[in-house]
Amino acid sequence: MNPETMHSLQELLPQIQGYIYPNEIEIHWGLLIVVYPYITGVVAGAFILASLVKVFNVKEVQPLYRLSLLTALAYLLVAPMALVSHLGHAERFYEILLTPQTSSAMAMFGFVYAWYLMAVLLLEIWFVHRTDMIDMAERNTGATRLLYRALSLFSKDKGERAVAFDHKALKVITIVGIPSAFLLHGYVGFIFGSIKANPWWSSVLIPIVFLFSAIVSGIALVVLLYLIITPLTGGKINMKCVDKAVDFLFYAVIVDFSLEMVDFIHRVYQSEEEIKILSEMVMNKLFASLIIVQVLLGMLVPLLLISLTKIFKKRFSLNEDMRKMVYFISVILIQFGIFATRWNVVIGGQMFSKSFRGLTTYKMEFGGIEGLFYAILLLALPIIILAVLLKILPPWKELREEGEAGAEAAGI
Amino acid sequence: MNGRRTFLRGFLSVLLSGGAIGGILRILPSRADAREAPPKGKKWYGFGVSVDKCIGCARCMDACKNENNVPKEPFFVRTWVERYITRKNGQTTVKAIAPGDEATPETVSDKTILRSFFVPKLCNQCASPACVQVCPVGATFQTEDGVVLVNEKTCIGCRYCIQACPYGARYLHPKTHTADKCTFCYHRISKGQLPACVEVCPTQARIFGDLNAAASPMSRFLRMNKIHTLKPGLNTEPKVFYANLDGEVR
Repeated sequence: MNPETMHSLQELLPQIQGYIYPNEIEIHWGLLIVVYPYITGVVAGAFILASLVKVFNVKEVQPLYRLSLLTALAYLLVAPMALVSHLGHAERFYEILLTPQTSSAMAMFGFVYAWYLMAVLLLEIWFVHRTDMIDMAERNTGATRLLYRALSLFSKDKGERAVAFDHKALKVITIVGIPSAFLLHGYVGFIFGSIKANPWWSSVLIPIVFLFSAIVSGIALVVLLYLIITPLTGGKINMKCVDKAVDFLFYAVIVDFSLEMVDFIHRVYQSEEEIKILSEMVMNKLFASLIIVQVLLGMLVPLLLISLTKIFKKRFSLNEDMRKMVYFISVILIQFGIFATRWNVVIGGQMFSKSFRGLTTYKMEFGGIEGLFYAILLLALPIIILAVLLKILPPWKELREEGEAGAEAAGI
Repeated sequence: MNGRRTFLRGFLSVLLSGGAIGGILRILPSRADAREAPPKGKKWYGFGVSVDKCIGCARCMDACKNENNVPKEPFFVRTWVERYITRKNGQTTVKAIAPGDEATPETVSDKTILRSFFVPKLCNQCASPACVQVCPVGATFQTEDGVVLVNEKTCIGCRYCIQACPYGARYLHPKTHTADKCTFCYHRISKGQLPACVEVCPTQARIFGDLNAAASPMSRFLRMNKIHTLKPGLNTEPKVFYANLDGEVR
């Protein structure tokens, strides 16, 4: 038995308010499970942004197309790590794939994940980059040539018909991809929403709220990456594209905010037996993360900031740097807001007792598998993977459409 | 070219029609793995608690921890006893008593107290167990005689079942890192013995038996008392039945 765990549980004892069931003192789904829906949310959101280009023909955001696909892939690769490392027996993870219990929402994870990775994301990325990979193979020698050969699955056809087929396939994949992205994150919401024992989670709105917050986080992250990466690699930010993407972000935040308000009003108005303990939890334990970070800083402030650029259109349209600054601050705030949303759902759902008579506390550790450092590592890992992906499949040409000429010379 | 097209078309259609979607559809029936009614002629175990008889001595908790190798720390319990004190102003306070506690303060002289009682709690061995429904690998399951068990050899320690249990009956065993809970002392009852907590209860506040048996302490208990179960609104169909349960108990 781990004396450290016992010690930290012992420390929690005086922090308990009211009465909780004796087994409830330990919060079982910690920081790692907060990271997991945050990451899958980014995947789904980034993909939706990509499909704006392909399915809905929003030409302005074309520069973000490849970047958002690669972002989605980088984050998707990390998603299962958070889940697997949190298991009591990580080495038995394969059981969930080999002998899944079909009545379990969680058991479907492997299938939903595999479907999304194989049938949607990898396929789309392959078709998008196929001719580029053939070009790269031709231009390079040795190991690099072999790498691109392998990545392009040894296809060599750059003919008109092949390219036309690529385009057609892409259209189909994206159309299949949108419901799949919805499925991926709606499913993550369902894992929580279907727990009838927990009134904080058990709501039909949860999967939908998850979806819209996913779209918000995905678009915001890709815009943030674009704003950072482009100047770093010597390109020029295409403001038309950013304006359009932020437009969509703005509407998504409004929908997300309204949905959460509907959920909130519904709960308060219905005022069922758990309302007392839940409001106590929100006012005491979750005040900073829910009211301040999630709602105020994560939603209202960005909404206000972006609205300002719309209301004072003339002034802002003259000053691109000002607009850039406003967008930059907004998307960062939104990231924190969405992370706080995940925190409030996951941790909040375990802070109150199912006896509805008391509250426990979550004490975050720094080291260890459930600790802060590991979580930060998991959050940084997708960025590193993305950097590698950008190196292998460079989207620079697309990123700099309308950018300056010498972009190729940047050499990244 | 044509070959690739046919291949891709075939590949996509297999994915579309295949396991992924089929599997998801099978989530839908919520009682997929629950038994609906006690099968006739077979054992179907249940448990009775006489709230009025419990004196809060906590011997059941001790016996359970010893019998089942439950960690001695107070954060892991298969069974526990709650003490309810309702005051004249309508406020109720609850406390879980512990075997090591000093003698529980008597309440007769305190004139602000309206009523006070003990409630033993344990896994409800639901007929429609939420924990079994959510287990991703089928490590927690319902036996033919209606007891919900955990296979510690296949449990992956995801703790979804702990989240799904409305009664707080489950914990993660700190040694095995798998979910653990009351088994009705399955190793004892399958030999015809009583669960340890029932055996040691000095006031017979705990009753155990086959719900299908015609004449037994269990069927007599169900016949002679007004019965209630915990959180019936969640439709988990608990098989731990309470006599004279107060409305404050959740």
